[in-house]
Amino acid sequence: MSASARPGWMEKPRPLTQTAKALALATVVLLVCVPFLVIVSTSLASTREVVDNGGWVLWPSEPTLDAYRDIFDGGIVTHALGVSAGVTIVGTLLSLVCTVTLAYALSRPGVFGGKPVLLLVLFTFLFPPGMIPSFLLVKELGLLDSYASLVLPVLVNVFNLVVLRGFFQSIPEELYEAARLDGAGDWRVLVSVVLPLSKAALAVVGLFYAVAYWNSWFYASLYLESDHWPLQQVLRTYVVAGAGLTDATTGEATVTAPQTVQMAVLVIATVPILLVYPFLQKYFTKGVLTGAIKS
Amino acid sequence: MLPGVAYFLLFHYGALAGNVIAFKEYVPFDGLLGSPWVGLGNFQRMFEDAAFWDSVLNTLWIAVLQLVFYFPVPLGLALLLHTLTWSSVRRFVQSVAYLPHFISWVIVVALFQQVLGDTGLLNSGLSGAGLHTVDIIGNPDAFRPLVVAQVIWKDAGWGTIIFLAALAQVDEQQYEAAAIDGAGPWRRFWHVTLPAIRPVVVLLLIMRLGDILSVGFEQMLLQRDAVGPETAEVIDTFVYYQGIVGGDYGFAAAAGLFKGLVGALLVYAANKAAHRLGEQGVYR
Repeated sequence: MSASARPGWMEKPRPLTQTAKALALATVVLLVCVPFLVIVSTSLASTREVVDNGGWVLWPSEPTLDAYRDIFDGGIVTHALGVSAGVTIVGTLLSLVCTVTLAYALSRPGVFGGKPVLLLVLFTFLFPPGMIPSFLLVKELGLLDSYASLVLPVLVNVFNLVVLRGFFQSIPEELYEAARLDGAGDWRVLVSVVLPLSKAALAVVGLFYAVAYWNSWFYASLYLESDHWPLQQVLRTYVVAGAGLTDATTGEATVTAPQTVQMAVLVIATVPILLVYPFLQKYFTKGVLTGAIKS
Repeated sequence: MLPGVAYFLLFHYGALAGNVIAFKEYVPFDGLLGSPWVGLGNFQRMFEDAAFWDSVLNTLWIAVLQLVFYFPVPLGLALLLHTLTWSSVRRFVQSVAYLPHFISWVIVVALFQQVLGDTGLLNSGLSGAGLHTVDIIGNPDAFRPLVVAQVIWKDAGWGTIIFLAALAQVDEQQYEAAAIDGAGPWRRFWHVTLPAIRPVVVLLLIMRLGDILSVGFEQMLLQRDAVGPETAEVIDTFVYYQGIVGGDYGFAAAAGLFKGLVGALLVYAANKAAHRLGEQGVYR
């Protein structure tokens, strides 16, 4: 633990201020953590304990994985999990490739058409096309009820593009020149010079894309039939709206899923984010800010 | 470069061109191009529609509440974090505070139901203590404070990033010089800290203003059924229900186009105003 580093000129803090600060920070941490604790605990409790307690549990007396077993037997959630994972992985890769190539081209001075393309792109930030025309476009392109409708319409995000472009521009010009003198073409420069230097920015932008794909449910509700839904849309229907969970194998609608099962679905939808978050978290400030402030 | 450009041309400009539907009466059989023109008919209907104006009013209400109650929170939190000299504590609090930003709205709404709902944490606590329970999730009067609270919970931590960056760029020597000149913590805050973050605050205010007609589409859509359209219908959900659900595409696109135009105008105006006040703004 690194200790306090108060510069010599700064006066000693008053105990009252210190206490107020500590209280404020503790409140922030608790406000974020307690809801998650309730969810995880409820998902691990027995149905009886949840009912006895009126709908939730803060600390299960006998933890059980029954709820999770029920979910993975049912089929719907397992399938939705697969859809979400697939869309997230494929979408993130495609988005990264398109964003990186475009950002690289726009970051180099003197690329043919660079300036008009940049304006073209930035304009969409100021004036997004709107829900109805986008929907009709997807419909007319024949993408309804295909997984491509979850990826293609949101392939490149302008904010991510601007972040990456700024990061590429912050790489010293000498490195580009040196690579050129060694006879490297544009692709070579991008792959062996620029990308290795941009790990922080790539990690952050990749995370942004992955989280967006993982979290999206609205497009799925617009474009897909219910048997192709990703996890978040399943969550919306069965937990937020409280519809009955249908058995995928028999097609039989059961009563509203028990609280423990609902909370278990919630946990499953949250866990992947909690898993990647600590690894990428250290890049946030570095990746976002160098990119955003430059431009 | 090509795939990216192709994407923007097709899915942004293609869709943007699709806004012509706002001037047409959409007939699914004839498609986008074959449908008959109706001129400004859709707009006229929209301006005469009381439900549309209700949604505009709801949108503005929520936007103003967010501006007053949400906007200062990340700024305050950033200033608090900035004064922490114990860096490991600061990093820990930052990591925890950023986290909700990455949680989907579906999960956030479910979390709030779990804590504030009928049988949630709060009400069990209240009834356990022999007090009256409160209906927060399904009560239209509580809807506005509720959605603002949700936005604060989800994004206030994340919002500190940009302020912290501005604060980190302040030269430490300025503080030292001020301290040596006898400025106490409050004077240093007033004369060194505030001027340093003013451009960022102005920038974010302008961007908020351009977004004033979009207040959390997914958030509202997820909770509209619980309290009814009277309080929870915003312009975006109005467009969704009229167009996608109701099939009145031309009419809904007109409302969407109206929203886009007003938003773009507001950014332009706010940026001009920022220049007048000697700030950088979003663009020059």
